Amino acid sequence: MSKCLERLYNGILKENPTLVLMLGMCPTLAVTTSAINGLGMGLTTTVVLALSNMIISALRKVIPDKIRIPAFIVIIASFVTMMQLLLQAYIPELYKALGIYIPLIVVNCIILGRAESYAYKNPVLPSLFDGIGMGLGFTLALTIIGLLREFIGGCSAFGYELNLFTPVAIFKMAPGAFFVLALLTAIQNQVKIVGEKKGRDMSRIQSGCGADCMNCNVEGCGDRKVEAASAENNESNENNVTEVSGLKETETSGSVETAGGTEDQTAQEAVSEEGAE
Amino acid sequence: MNTVRELLIILIGSSLVSNVVLSQFLGLCPFLGVSKRTGTASGMGAAVIFVITISSAVAGAIYQFILVPLHMEYMQTIVFILVIAALVQFVEMFLKKKLVRLYEALGVYLPLITTNCAVLGVALTNVTKGYGILYGVVNGFATAVGFTISIVLLASIREKLEYNDIPKPLKGMPIVLITAGLMAIAFCGFSGLI
Repeated sequence: MSKCLERLYNGILKENPTLVLMLGMCPTLAVTTSAINGLGMGLTTTVVLALSNMIISALRKVIPDKIRIPAFIVIIASFVTMMQLLLQAYIPELYKALGIYIPLIVVNCIILGRAESYAYKNPVLPSLFDGIGMGLGFTLALTIIGLLREFIGGCSAFGYELNLFTPVAIFKMAPGAFFVLALLTAIQNQVKIVGEKKGRDMSRIQSGCGADCMNCNVEGCGDRKVEAASAENNESNENNVTEVSGLKETETSGSVETAGGTEDQTAQEAVSEEGAE
Repeated sequence: MNTVRELLIILIGSSLVSNVVLSQFLGLCPFLGVSKRTGTASGMGAAVIFVITISSAVAGAIYQFILVPLHMEYMQTIVFILVIAALVQFVEMFLKKKLVRLYEALGVYLPLITTNCAVLGVALTNVTKGYGILYGVVNGFATAVGFTISIVLLASIREKLEYNDIPKPLKGMPIVLITAGLMAIAFCGFSGLI
């Protein structure tokens, strides 16, 4: 039981997917125009994440290694479709507010990331709790961001008018989302700087990933060796290119393993730059 | 004449007024990740235009000729994501064998966008808005052009930003996000266009 509680703690605080790992940014920015929307999106994602983690973990011995990504996608997409139909039937207002971002939960990197890094390797019960923990962490972050934007941009909280000051409407619009996220990443950077000064290991905190999630094969997005990989790349850019093209040939349809274990955004960038020339 | 007018409205609307990145937040990962150099950014933009245009045609055709006759519209999310993922792989293989020049230009970017959320987003928007295949393709093309415009603009700003003295906590992602926010404000100006 303690392992399950540890997974919950891990997801909500220690490795919070939005605030610490910076994953799943598209829905984070798009639906957080109000706290209610953020909460709704977060809970929907939580359900999908917990159920898909559970099923993937239960089927982990059946799914062949080579086609695991397409298999994960089918499982995730099925749950997303179910949630979409349920929301449409029972909470139509939320369905309307979230719109296209409900089906797009399929490409949310948090879900595929957890499937790949945790559920595929661990038993059913911890995977379920891992999904719930990560989902609740996501929900918490979305609600906070939503509340912030709603408060500054509309001077209300959870739909209640407060009438304290003239609202800064831009925060409810698209640019506001970028500014709020900039603020969050700046705070994160500051925490990291202070932590490193005190000599703590801050490699867990990442400021934005930048790579395409579906192509990212990095372990859980949590243990990325950015520094090591970029140093390696500077030394052997050419090796990387051959490595990447070599990997490409072994790819199965939909399975996207271009980014090898230690490769990351910097690696892809380096490769892309070479290609551009 | 009416069709041409509607297509023009879609073209401008999707590329500038409701820009895919700056007002809909789709395709944010490559937008922030592959925008360090203008050259890389324009290559990425070209690959996105290529993939989204083809995938919106294929997804539109599958929806209209397979899903609708079978009354299986609710399967759209699952079908689209698999079709897009497979399609990009096929396109890549085809280019590698037949159109080597084009592959050399776009090849490295193709795997990066296999299932970028913008690609799925466009396919789904086409269905929600009830666009047919022709309108869908134009909408896809325009959306991708919007993506390219914004990523190239951001990349050229970031190249200049490198030489500036930025406060320490704002270095890296935060300043890029602030830049993107300012660009989003600028793009709000297009909203009166239609």
